[in-house]
Amino acid sequence: MKHEQIETNAGLLIVLTLIVISIGGLAEIVPLYFLDGTVEEVKVAGRDTVRPYTPLELRGRDIYQREGCYVCHSQMIRPFRDEALRYGHYSLAAESKYDHPFQWGSKRTGPDLARVGGKYSNQWHVQHLYDPRSVVPESIMPGYPWLLKNNLAYKDINGRMRALKAVGVPYSETQVEYDANVQRFGREAADLLDIHSAEHNLLSQAQSSNYDGNGDTITEMDALVAYLQVLGTMVDFSKFDEGHFAKYR
Amino acid sequence: MKKDSHKQSVQTTGHAWDGDLQEFNNPLPRWWLWGFYGTAVFAVIYWVFFPAWPFGTGFTTGVLNDITYTTADGREVTRHWNTRSLLDKEMAQARSDQQQFLDELKGASYADIRTDQRKSAFAYSMAKVLYADNCAACHQAGGAGKVGMYPNLADDAWLWGGNFARIEETIRDGRNGYMPAFRKSLDETQLAEVTDYVLSLSGHAVDVQAAARGKDIFNGQDGGCHLCHTSEATGMVSLGSANLTDSVWTIADVPGQGDIEGKRRAVREVIEHGVSRQMPGWAGRLNEAEIKILTFYVRELGGGA
Repeated sequence: MKHEQIETNAGLLIVLTLIVISIGGLAEIVPLYFLDGTVEEVKVAGRDTVRPYTPLELRGRDIYQREGCYVCHSQMIRPFRDEALRYGHYSLAAESKYDHPFQWGSKRTGPDLARVGGKYSNQWHVQHLYDPRSVVPESIMPGYPWLLKNNLAYKDINGRMRALKAVGVPYSETQVEYDANVQRFGREAADLLDIHSAEHNLLSQAQSSNYDGNGDTITEMDALVAYLQVLGTMVDFSKFDEGHFAKYR
Repeated sequence: MKKDSHKQSVQTTGHAWDGDLQEFNNPLPRWWLWGFYGTAVFAVIYWVFFPAWPFGTGFTTGVLNDITYTTADGREVTRHWNTRSLLDKEMAQARSDQQQFLDELKGASYADIRTDQRKSAFAYSMAKVLYADNCAACHQAGGAGKVGMYPNLADDAWLWGGNFARIEETIRDGRNGYMPAFRKSLDETQLAEVTDYVLSLSGHAVDVQAAARGKDIFNGQDGGCHLCHTSEATGMVSLGSANLTDSVWTIADVPGQGDIEGKRRAVREVIEHGVSRQMPGWAGRLNEAEIKILTFYVRELGGGA
């Protein structure tokens, strides 16, 4: 094939360009689907401890994305000593396997949030999201006061869960799927992943934990804080030997 | 003219666009070409020593490049080169560098850490980083806290007890501070009376008769305040209930109010709405040595005896 043929035929040029540039991607990505250790197995007493988000946490994740939190915050602790000392154990691939899209990132304007769950009280998160500089004077984070005012929209929660189910997140709709989840995550978690009781689960989690400190209404703040408080808490690293997760790499 | 004749001698790709537009076909500079071959050679060397080629469900792990380190519980681990093991090795190295200091601290009493310069220097430098990463978000950089939200650690008033054992417990397991809301169980007058009594305890000039009636509510069935705050109103460290007789305020911002009406509003607000505060436990995030160092530091912030 002559140079001139390619250069004078736009269609051919496009096809050949696509083939050439996909080689690099394919060589790096395709093997990951076949390697055993790509997504680590995290089992304690035969149960997966990393589960998909509960309905309320899922709405919180949606708000996290809507507000663009990922623009400044990553959720990926890299295996470096400075990060380990500041943020905790490095992130596992398994910890974001139900995230669509994942919230990794290489740009941090604010701190990494992969293990922020449980680090601060609900009250702190509410105050900090409402007015960041009232608790961290040197912060450049903008405030999100409307989260406390906006009532949480949750009527469409079933549809949101079905959409994620379509891309492989194990929310259950049929009895068979539910039973599989009981096997995999235990009954308590399986109940939370059942699409049919999504609205009930969302309301009861918001009411019992009352993240925003206002028991009368369920706000977007409830959902976002619920999400932040679960980040990085699903793997109990004390149950695994030091260096256990290095064997997957 | 000279330039033009030079152009003529250079080869072109042979195309001509728009009649006279041509493209030169010069050879690549030598240094660039050899650099390029060099990267190819480097890649082959890299494949030998580092994890590289996938095959089946595994991959080539590289040779002669293993990482060996000793875990915290004394096991010797050898793995092929990878970034996770590299981190484990670095952490082990740092641990062993600090080990002699950590060992000294482990066996030392708090009083000993305080008087021994070597130990306190180590504890302080480590505590500063730990405090900034874990505590400062709430209790603020200098430990002054936020009135209404997070207790001041830099004074010598301790809601949950200020001895080392109690502070250590607070850091390790966290605390839940709770006071019920009284807006439904007390009426307007009663709320005002209890408010006056509470302010009178710390020497504020209030309506003496109202305060006297407030005292009865405080210690009686209606309020039941004494159950947590004690009948002397000095609080209980086991419950984290505040001492109301000193001039330290952690929730109602009394010192920040200019006049007595403002102070009344601040106290009343707390009685009406109650308190619900939580400090997270750090056992899962910090190890025993780190908790001990922070305990020492926090006690020192508050002017430890």
